[in-house]
Amino acid sequence: MKNVGIVIVSHSPKIAEGTADMVRQMVGEEVPLAWCGGNPDGGLGTQVGAIMEAIEKAWSEAGVAILVDLGGAETNSEMAVEMIGEPRASRIVICNAPIVEGAVMAATEASGGASLKEVVATAHELAPA
Amino acid sequence: MTMNTAAMTGIDLKALITELADTIAAHADELTALDRAIGDGDHGLNMKRGFEAVRAETAALAEKPLPEALKAIGTKLVMTVGGASGPLFGTLFMTLGKELPAEPDRAELAAALAKSIDAVAARGKSQAGQKTMLDVLYPVQCAVAEGKSADEVAAAADAAAEATKPMKAIRGRASFLGDRSIGHMDPGARSAALITRAIAETLEPSA
Repeated sequence: MKNVGIVIVSHSPKIAEGTADMVRQMVGEEVPLAWCGGNPDGGLGTQVGAIMEAIEKAWSEAGVAILVDLGGAETNSEMAVEMIGEPRASRIVICNAPIVEGAVMAATEASGGASLKEVVATAHELAPA
Repeated sequence: MTMNTAAMTGIDLKALITELADTIAAHADELTALDRAIGDGDHGLNMKRGFEAVRAETAALAEKPLPEALKAIGTKLVMTVGGASGPLFGTLFMTLGKELPAEPDRAELAAALAKSIDAVAARGKSQAGQKTMLDVLYPVQCAVAEGKSADEVAAAADAAAEATKPMKAIRGRASFLGDRSIGHMDPGARSAALITRAIAETLEPSA
């Protein structure tokens, strides 16, 4: 797959899966997509290992854009990217954008063959000033 | 009494891991209650999950040289805590493992701690005075560097955790509360103090 991949990381597996459903509805199978959410006990939270697996699943040579909800999702995603390491790490970007709108807009951009930089910029336009 | 300034040889890793896991388990409800007041109420459970996962590997960890064991403990915490505390406390242990020699003296411990705390600050994009674990870790590093006894270092950690009460949270979930975060002890700071006391207790058991 040459299109940029999208990873959705929420504290809630329901939000992550629901957001992924909305992305699929927009872009079908044109974009590599994966989601994760929840702590190891099935409660709310995010896990580094699950994020690494989601990145693996949505991996594209064009790169991967990650959409997160709250702080811990971002910190755990940063840790996951660091643990994946180079050469992939520099082609993974954690977007500063609302998770649902960001994922849908980023995926829509990605489905047209946009670069990782363009996909991330599209998501960032949604960030609160 | 000051901690041995010569090489801290023969750190009992099994005792250290047991003390850490016991301490966190004994205070899990308290940590969760603190987190419920100003966060999302999962800190105690998350920390307990992480340190129980470390405890489950005590035998293998105790075989390793100190730096390798600390790195492995950090990685375990990163992978099992299930919240931002995982990468934060995990980074602390991982960087200590990276920076410490196998048999560190006091100066090497102080230097490694300073680098590890900077790594935590970078990971959390935070700094002192923002009502976080850093507000305990920096004073702990100072006390270690000043040659304080293990018990004095632990007491400094407790006092520093207490001192987070009047602070206003700037980072993390507690920052959403703004001024309402004032008056509550930061759960991450409390965890950092508990970990400090567990380590101090292992290095220099009180009579």
